[in-house]
Amino acid sequence: MIFTPLIHRGRATYAFFERNWNLTKRYWAWEIVWLLYNIVNALSVTFIGAAAEQITGAKVKFDTNSLLLVLVIGTSVWSYLSVTFDGVTDIINMERWEGTIEYTFMAPISRFTHMVGSCLYAVAHGLLFTLIQLLIIAAFFHIDLSHANYLSALFLLLLGSISFIGFGIGAAILPLLYTEKGMQMSFIVKAVLLLVSGVYYPISVLPGWMQPLARISPATYVLEGLREAMMQGRPLWSPEIWSCTWPLILTGLISVPASIYAFSLAERYAKRTGKLKRNG
Amino acid sequence: MAVQHPLQTLSRTAMADQQEEQDAVIVEEVTKVFTKSRPWLPWQKGKEERIVRAVDHVSLRVKRREIIGILGSNGSGKSTLIRILSTLLIPDSGRVAIFGYDVVRDEAIVRRLINRVSVEASFFKKLSPMENLIYAARLYNLPGRLARERIVSILERLGISAARIQQPLEDMSRGMQQKVAIARAFLTAPILLLLDEPTTGLDPRSKLDVQAFVRELREVHDATILLTTHDLEEAEALCDRVAIIDQGRIVALGSIDELKREVMHQVGLPDLASMHQVFMHYTASHRITEEDILRYGSWERAFEALEAMREEEE
Repeated sequence: MIFTPLIHRGRATYAFFERNWNLTKRYWAWEIVWLLYNIVNALSVTFIGAAAEQITGAKVKFDTNSLLLVLVIGTSVWSYLSVTFDGVTDIINMERWEGTIEYTFMAPISRFTHMVGSCLYAVAHGLLFTLIQLLIIAAFFHIDLSHANYLSALFLLLLGSISFIGFGIGAAILPLLYTEKGMQMSFIVKAVLLLVSGVYYPISVLPGWMQPLARISPATYVLEGLREAMMQGRPLWSPEIWSCTWPLILTGLISVPASIYAFSLAERYAKRTGKLKRNG
Repeated sequence: MAVQHPLQTLSRTAMADQQEEQDAVIVEEVTKVFTKSRPWLPWQKGKEERIVRAVDHVSLRVKRREIIGILGSNGSGKSTLIRILSTLLIPDSGRVAIFGYDVVRDEAIVRRLINRVSVEASFFKKLSPMENLIYAARLYNLPGRLARERIVSILERLGISAARIQQPLEDMSRGMQQKVAIARAFLTAPILLLLDEPTTGLDPRSKLDVQAFVRELREVHDATILLTTHDLEEAEALCDRVAIIDQGRIVALGSIDELKREVMHQVGLPDLASMHQVFMHYTASHRITEEDILRYGSWERAFEALEAMREEEE
């Protein structure tokens, strides 16, 4: 029957989602540790904004609210990208760690289904994690969000997630091929992505050679778009939001299929050289 | 030179096709070599490039509903062969077909037909047996409710109580974890089951439980079973035929009785050889000299010492 493969795909996708949710529940202490770590990190960065007048000794009135918003958006995107990106690269990292990689790769499912299931959970996990962080940070600062356009913000975050997934799948190749150091290599990819994307600053302050990298990073457009939506209240159809939307569509359209293709080549190479066998 | 009649050729091809249809597994001249390349960083110099011929021109045919044992010492190539059959390794040369499907070209179809139990129980250890097995069942397209019923039934038959099914696997003994691994393979009722030393670490009673289950899988689900083991008693109890593999090559293949008779004749024993004698004859006799026996005190000790040296080298 034509629906049988679709039902199988649906079940397998749900299997990854459910498995990751079960793992999150079992590793609840780690979840709390990471949440606290991210909150403390975000607070310490945002307090720089609150203390900007004192640090710089500014004589004129400083727009502290805008600076706080820039930093809060930066820390939130940092958290969201980290959790989502880690969730995607865990397609391999976690399986290596637990020693289950051969069983998952032997299962009668396509790699695409495997990735969709894992990525859906990564996005849901990232959104929930960031929302909790945001609520706690907001309680510490009196930030004026009266102009914020939440619809535009959510739209850009979800659209950007597609590209984050693409880059995450690409980074997951590293632990597939380098059994011992691949996980650390994927952390570097994530950190560089954020560095060049203007997480707490406009990309114009970056050295000239870094700026082209910023233009191909989806995080740049997510950050710029979120700042327009949250600080200026730009609606979805505004030219400012559109100028961030089309690059995100483009990076999503290119990065996801390109990464899946590269992953399939890496998988074949791993099967030729016996790299699936060793656990990290 | 005799010229073959076209009809003769056709009937031979048809016969070959028919034979292929009856075979569950066809392994033809399969070779797998692993290369550990020389490090390129200056401070890692001194380490040499290493080439390991894990599987060396192996050919084997397994009939449908047959239980075949692959016996061999550690590092003889058993697990590499199982990995090739499981689609986890691509052979360098040769051909492997499972129920007529090529393991490289038709990988997706082959994966639907097989399941594997390896020597180490690979699970998400923080999760319970139920959570691990439900995950596996969904990957193999089993609906949740049916899977839960089957999981409870299989685990109870393997001696795991209902109370343990919901507790994390990390709290279970290695033997219990291995039983859950066996349950995972049985759950999906594969028509080719690859068992890579499945009962290592199990107590004698559990071994018998697993052996009964393996037989049942063949009787009820018409499964073909390929089993690698160190346990010669297990091979004798379960296998219709046995292949002995040494240094990547199959050095003997036949029914237990045929191999015992063959060794009895070759060595000149008064009675039928034991399975232990068969195994030693094919895997070690050519490597152990009189000098080794004198040095280590007995043939068995010399064998153990040489095996230990080989493992250390690997």
